[in-house]
Amino acid sequence: MSLLSARLWIEQRIAWRFMAENPLQTLLISIAIAVGTAVIIFITALMNGLQQNTVNKTLGSQAHIKLESTRLYNRMPAVSLDQHRILLETQRAQPLQRIDSWQAVMQALDAIPSLTAVSPIVSGPALVQRGRASASVIINGIDAQRYQKIVDLPSNIQLGSYRISSQDVLIGSELAKDLGLQAGDKLRIQAVDGRTALVRVSGVFSMGVQELDSRQIYIDLKQAQTLLNLVGGITGLEVKIDDIFTAREWGARLERLTGLHVKNWMDNNSQLLNALRSQKMTTQMIRLFVGLAVALGIASVMAVSVVQRTREVGILRAMGSTRDQILRVFLIQGAMLGAIGAVFGMAGGYVLVHLFNGFGARLFFVSVHPEVTITALFIAICTGILAAALPARRASRYDPAEAIRYV
Amino acid sequence: MSNEVVLELRQLCKVFEPDTPRALQVLFDIDLQLRAGELTALVGPSGSGKSTLLNLMGLLDTPSKGELLIQGQATAALDDTRRTALRAHHIGFVFQFHHLIGAFNVLDNVLMPLMLQQGKPNQEQLEYAHYLLEAVGLADLAQRSAKALSGGQQQRVAIARALVNRPALLLADEPTGNLDTQTADEVFTLFEQFNRETGCATLIVTHDPLLSARCPRTISMLDGRIVS
Repeated sequence: MSLLSARLWIEQRIAWRFMAENPLQTLLISIAIAVGTAVIIFITALMNGLQQNTVNKTLGSQAHIKLESTRLYNRMPAVSLDQHRILLETQRAQPLQRIDSWQAVMQALDAIPSLTAVSPIVSGPALVQRGRASASVIINGIDAQRYQKIVDLPSNIQLGSYRISSQDVLIGSELAKDLGLQAGDKLRIQAVDGRTALVRVSGVFSMGVQELDSRQIYIDLKQAQTLLNLVGGITGLEVKIDDIFTAREWGARLERLTGLHVKNWMDNNSQLLNALRSQKMTTQMIRLFVGLAVALGIASVMAVSVVQRTREVGILRAMGSTRDQILRVFLIQGAMLGAIGAVFGMAGGYVLVHLFNGFGARLFFVSVHPEVTITALFIAICTGILAAALPARRASRYDPAEAIRYV
Repeated sequence: MSNEVVLELRQLCKVFEPDTPRALQVLFDIDLQLRAGELTALVGPSGSGKSTLLNLMGLLDTPSKGELLIQGQATAALDDTRRTALRAHHIGFVFQFHHLIGAFNVLDNVLMPLMLQQGKPNQEQLEYAHYLLEAVGLADLAQRSAKALSGGQQQRVAIARALVNRPALLLADEPTGNLDTQTADEVFTLFEQFNRETGCATLIVTHDPLLSARCPRTISMLDGRIVS
């Protein structure tokens, strides 16, 4: 770097002096670049914040990947050797099925570093009764320690505490309202084939999702196994991964690895993903056009500047500067404009984000990632150089004898 | 030493826009030698090809035919980079409109030819630049913006700048054409002084018969030819 700056010493100086000699022009284009950079940084932060918020809300209450027992199909034998059926499988009803060797599978999944959490679940339909009121629910038998890494129930507990045992269960806030339950109240759970259990509500959770808050109850794994007649088995394994957007790849990989039926959140929420993708595209279009406008601004200022400097270029050439040196003077000028504008733009972007967080609608929190600003700076400098390229090339091609006579 | 040929022109021709109906030949078979230490005036009416010849000598332009040797080195076939390097090392220029770079101060203007070649000037070069400024009587204005100087002062800075890389050949295109008589006289005296001190071959284009009379050698041009 120091070698580079030593080699470009005079080019830098000339570029800087040229800019300093025309402060109004330099100021105006710097402001234009700064506004562009600020808009790009702000809109990127806003979109990232919005998407992060949406994804967090969605994934806060569900696993990234779910492994379930293999689906059952009706298989039909071919009628005869020379006759073919197009369809050899038809759908059939899926009873609750157990994964028996789940401990071994879980152990294998635990060993994969990209899977940040693995938790067994026994899930099935049941009725809950209190007095004369009843409601149909889905009971989820969980391992309390493991499951809280999949869904953050503990911090969504409204009443009572996060405690699950053979007597203690968690229920959703809507269900609690419907049945008039408080933490500490008793509740009867009745499974489909008549098994029942009397339990106590240890906590009421609210995930902010109607479906969960009105229909789900969380009970002890073993008790669920008993209620659903699946002793020793489970109905699924829930998994969290480090990079949520690799859920599809990991789903396919886990399907091959375990032979189980695998669902991932991306396929389950394809509409959300589409929305996110369209948002991202819109943001990118805005960024592209703002960037283009900034680039054209730099290019036009550089084009004017190069003409204004015709005579100086001629003098410099007569005094022994090479064409490449002239080229570099104007490229550096473009880069400097980009850098100066971007630095102010970064400050402007932070101010906008701060204003949004402090005085905006406060629907969600927006933060600027350092890498976004570094990228913006880098892109602004590159844009400056690229935008200056054509005018700089023109200046470097001036015929020195003619350029000197230019008035 | 004083007999060394610094610049030699052999059968030099220049045609503008060759191979077009507007082709215009401005120089015809120029043969010329300039030796170290010579102070030469180049005179002739407007349009006689003086400036074109000067641009060719300064390697700012390329001849259409013929050869131009600077310190024995043929230049006609060289590319722009090589010609620029030769120009940077061996040739100093003074223009009619003194052409300083307004964005820099006086000292930086003087040092510019050196800085373009090697970046930061060293101590010895800095001292030489100060010496030259002193010699042209502008030592006090070294840090002043070049734009703030009078015409005569600017031209003296331009002379100091042309000499800072210790050129073998100093070319001046009507350096006094834009100055009043007294200032012109002072500037011309500087040329004589530096020609004596540094021994560089000096060629001055001038319209002023009084000044050309002060040069030991005078070359006259007419219609693209050297007539005497």
